[in-house]
Amino acid sequence: MTIALIDYGSGNLRSAAKAFERVVQDLGRSDDVAVTNDPDVVARADRVVLPGVGAYADCRAGISAIDGMMEALDEAVIARAQPFLGICVGMQLMATTGFEFGETPGFGWIPGAVQPLAPADKTLKIPHMGWNELFWVGYQEHPVLKDLANGQHGYFVHSYQFMPEVSEHLLAVTDYGGPVTAAVGRDNLVGTQFHPEKSQAVGLKLIENFLKWTP
Amino acid sequence: MLKARVIPCLDVNEGRVVKGVNFVDLVDAGDPVEQAQLYDAAGADELCFLDITASHENRDTIFDVVARTAEHCFMPLTVGGGVRTTDDIRKLLLAGADKVSINTAAVHNPDFVREASEKFGAQCIVVAVDAKRVDAETREPSPDGTRFEIFTHGGRKATGIECISWAEKMADFGAGEILLTSMDRDGTKNGFDLALTRAVADAVPVPVIASGGVGNLDHLVDGITEGHASAVLAASIFHFGTYSIQEAKAHMLAHGAPVRMDEAIA
Repeated sequence: MTIALIDYGSGNLRSAAKAFERVVQDLGRSDDVAVTNDPDVVARADRVVLPGVGAYADCRAGISAIDGMMEALDEAVIARAQPFLGICVGMQLMATTGFEFGETPGFGWIPGAVQPLAPADKTLKIPHMGWNELFWVGYQEHPVLKDLANGQHGYFVHSYQFMPEVSEHLLAVTDYGGPVTAAVGRDNLVGTQFHPEKSQAVGLKLIENFLKWTP
Repeated sequence: MLKARVIPCLDVNEGRVVKGVNFVDLVDAGDPVEQAQLYDAAGADELCFLDITASHENRDTIFDVVARTAEHCFMPLTVGGGVRTTDDIRKLLLAGADKVSINTAAVHNPDFVREASEKFGAQCIVVAVDAKRVDAETREPSPDGTRFEIFTHGGRKATGIECISWAEKMADFGAGEILLTSMDRDGTKNGFDLALTRAVADAVPVPVIASGGVGNLDHLVDGITEGHASAVLAASIFHFGTYSIQEAKAHMLAHGAPVRMDEAIA
């Protein structure tokens, strides 16, 4: 199968690709991990991953700037309902609207807004950066979260968080001066605010679950 | 809760790990990719490569080192040294870096930090601040001085810029993190300059990584509890096997600095 990692001119692409390649290899599979900006590859992919290092508006503009990419995403992820994983900003882009460097429309796949982190405790640093505990909520039986225990750590680097409108779309939270969205999902879509590709054993397990997922 | 990070730093010179004492007298300490793998397996929270010769020559060797490291390491990787343009940043990210550290280029052109942050996101932009104590009156370097100033080029060039306001300005311009090195302490094993660390950490809204001077595990604890840093960076105590990452973390945890103790990758 083809796992398409979308290259939109930003993002820690190789880092994400290497994690997927490692999991594919460990599973003894022969999946093709394609880092691509080709809408045709994305439209036909069996798994679509949108990695994320970047500012919301810039990432959104980067995707819009690739002729046919948004249509290809819709084709693969909405029309053909292939599993989609958004990481960090890639997860946030599934929202209705983002508010980093101005108001920017997202994909509108999961209703909600992406808002600045604003912990009441002003000694807490922004960005929220580093390893923090994951607490799985809602959809306990979600296949992508299989064998991930409460209290294990994920690596976070972000200043904004996805605030889903529908509570069932919240899959995990972490605590940073109050609950902060750590994962969201609905149907064939999942997204993590933390970086599975940077979260050592925990992250590789999540990627493995994603590759085995048949929603 | 968010954990304090332990970050081994590999100073890389022409593709080999070195550790400088006050940035001179380089001693070869091995292959960076091999060391990165060992640190990944040991549960390091993050890894930092500083390409200390990047300003001069052999720029491309670091891309190769980063790419080979990314094949094996699934923890955040910061790369610094000679980062001057957004194209440099993109190339490092494509090679496998997660963050880049900007030092000299930020001093020469602070707007570069703003540009880089808007392009790649603040979380990707670390500004390295090399500070030295100077006499408050004469502005001459002095280990007992009470004023902190910025130096560039591995501590060789004075800029006259006051450190704390500079760090605040860099955070304001979009730095997601400040990598703060005491040039007075670097390589001495006498511990972080805690007054410097605390002054900067309390002044800026972004995380501060304390660097320069770690000689024992109490120093790591002090950096977090007294220096108010979010992360501690050390080189030689780990490279030369004085302490393991797990020993460091266990000691920190026992002394009031919360760290991640998840099972490391076998």
